[in-house]
Amino acid sequence: MSIQVKDASIFYGDFKAVEDVSMSIKPKSVTAFIGPSGCGKSTFLRTLNRMHEVIPGAYVEGKIQIAGQDIYGPNVDPVAVRRKVGMVFQRPNPFPTMSIYDNVLAGNKLNSKRIKKPEADAIVEKALRGANLWNEVKDRLGKPGMGLSGGQQQRLCIARAIAVQPEVLLMDEPCSALDPISTAAIEDLIHELKSDYTIVIVTHNMQQAARVSDDTGFFNLKAAGQPGHLVEFNPTKQMFTNPDNPDTEAYISGRFG
Amino acid sequence: MSNTELSNEETKLSHATLPRGAQWLVGIAAIALGGLALVLGVSIVGAVVIGVLAFLIGYPVWALLVENKRSATDKLVTGLVWTAFGVAVIPLIWLVYMVFARGAATINPEFLTYSMRSVTGDEQGGLYHALMGTLIVTGIAALISIPIGIMTAIYLIEYGKGNRLAKAITFLVDVMTGIPSIVAGLFAFALFTLLVGPGTRFGFGGGVALSLLMIPTVVRSTEEMLKLVPDDLREAAYALGVPKWRTITRMVLPTAIGGIVTGVVLAISRVIGETAPLLVASGFNPNMNTSAFDDSPMMTVPVFIYTQLSEATQKGVEYAWGGALVLFILVMVLNLIARIVGTIFAPKTGR
Repeated sequence: MSIQVKDASIFYGDFKAVEDVSMSIKPKSVTAFIGPSGCGKSTFLRTLNRMHEVIPGAYVEGKIQIAGQDIYGPNVDPVAVRRKVGMVFQRPNPFPTMSIYDNVLAGNKLNSKRIKKPEADAIVEKALRGANLWNEVKDRLGKPGMGLSGGQQQRLCIARAIAVQPEVLLMDEPCSALDPISTAAIEDLIHELKSDYTIVIVTHNMQQAARVSDDTGFFNLKAAGQPGHLVEFNPTKQMFTNPDNPDTEAYISGRFG
Repeated sequence: MSNTELSNEETKLSHATLPRGAQWLVGIAAIALGGLALVLGVSIVGAVVIGVLAFLIGYPVWALLVENKRSATDKLVTGLVWTAFGVAVIPLIWLVYMVFARGAATINPEFLTYSMRSVTGDEQGGLYHALMGTLIVTGIAALISIPIGIMTAIYLIEYGKGNRLAKAITFLVDVMTGIPSIVAGLFAFALFTLLVGPGTRFGFGGGVALSLLMIPTVVRSTEEMLKLVPDDLREAAYALGVPKWRTITRMVLPTAIGGIVTGVVLAISRVIGETAPLLVASGFNPNMNTSAFDDSPMMTVPVFIYTQLSEATQKGVEYAWGGALVLFILVMVLNLIARIVGTIFAPKTGR
């Protein structure tokens, strides 16, 4: 599903966190957001599945459409949006009371959906294979998810997110708490997931953006206390070789931020 | 660093130390001093105080003479901490010992299965009626307090998030925590005097009085446990398309259940020994009464202890100690259950 954003501004109460973002995200592609800390890229990512509404007082102006539907329309159920737009967080957060198996099925279990055992087994295996974790955990599916290593936990969270079959997968700095080997595993996974999902990833690591993404958006702040804005949105290749905006070049070449 | 530098007095890393087992030597000397004081006619408490003071002064002073100031301070403070520990624990152990020593002789099958109906003089009576009464009254209190307390805590943490109503509730809960227990009893008594009739004393009234004392404890402990569930997990559930109420009932509560159950059981064991509110709201009754809603008083173990003690007979005092032991064991069992449940439900992190 494609995502169209037009003049989106994001507020926390009176504070305007992000201003006038417009972009068009292609279906079945990887889009990366880069930019200095506090520029609102995570905030913007969270508006794509209405997760920012969890914070009291947060709201959005402008239009965000997924597959042609305005997700902030008057009759839209945020729960339905989140079922279509999954999310992986910065820190791995498997449910501590659940086994690996139950964690993968959490989307169904928490919604009290009854599924037959063979069907559930199939979902778990497919999701874990999809997250490149199956071979490592297939003999201990009943063990607690918290017992896995950090990188495995993060892949478990990805498996959990894809088990509910979303169309879009949002990733908020998914590798920032991981070592290089686990990071490489997740990046490989992103390449594979691209064929089925539209992926949007926030990252602090510009090499990572260059490695995994098709398009890149660069967010920046004019000054501290000012709202963040989208400086440039272009194909990653162009962004890293011949950016339109001198600020982008300065950031990418490491001259600031 | 070269050896010549190390031999320099100012950079020396070692110093003279007390002989090994120095603390035992000082300890034996202190005990001997206390014993001497005892022989010379000082009371046992005085002798113990002299012994402890001798150790607290003697050991640091010796360390100061042989080692240095820092080590002397260390020994002084260590001694003080241990003394404080002893002061805190000795009365506790003494209490447990006394309850067992005095109460054990009273406990027999008759004592546990008889009521005090028509018991006069030296006839065998028992606290069966009081035991049943305590279980019923506390059960009623738990049935009222647990749902109200847990739901209040859920509102405060999951929905209120510091809005005005939540702040008001938190304030009221804090005030309720400080209610003197007899006031809770008077409230329940007055309430049922208005609702049922003057002088109504019955089991349900006692339960209501206890629930007033129990609700704030349940709210507080549940709140603390819900706060411990990371927001990350709530967000993870939302991101899977789980509605908020299902997130709370199926993820947040199961994650926190161990702590919540522990808190609830500890709250029960807090109120199970309450005497004053039950004296007022539930009343005295030498007979068996298992109906909490009948307009007749229901006996409870604390009130049983109180009445037996006020009889001031040989038998009465024995029964009071027996009742104390039964109550003590009841509370101990509840605490044990709380611990076991806490470990069973704790989130597993094992590999």
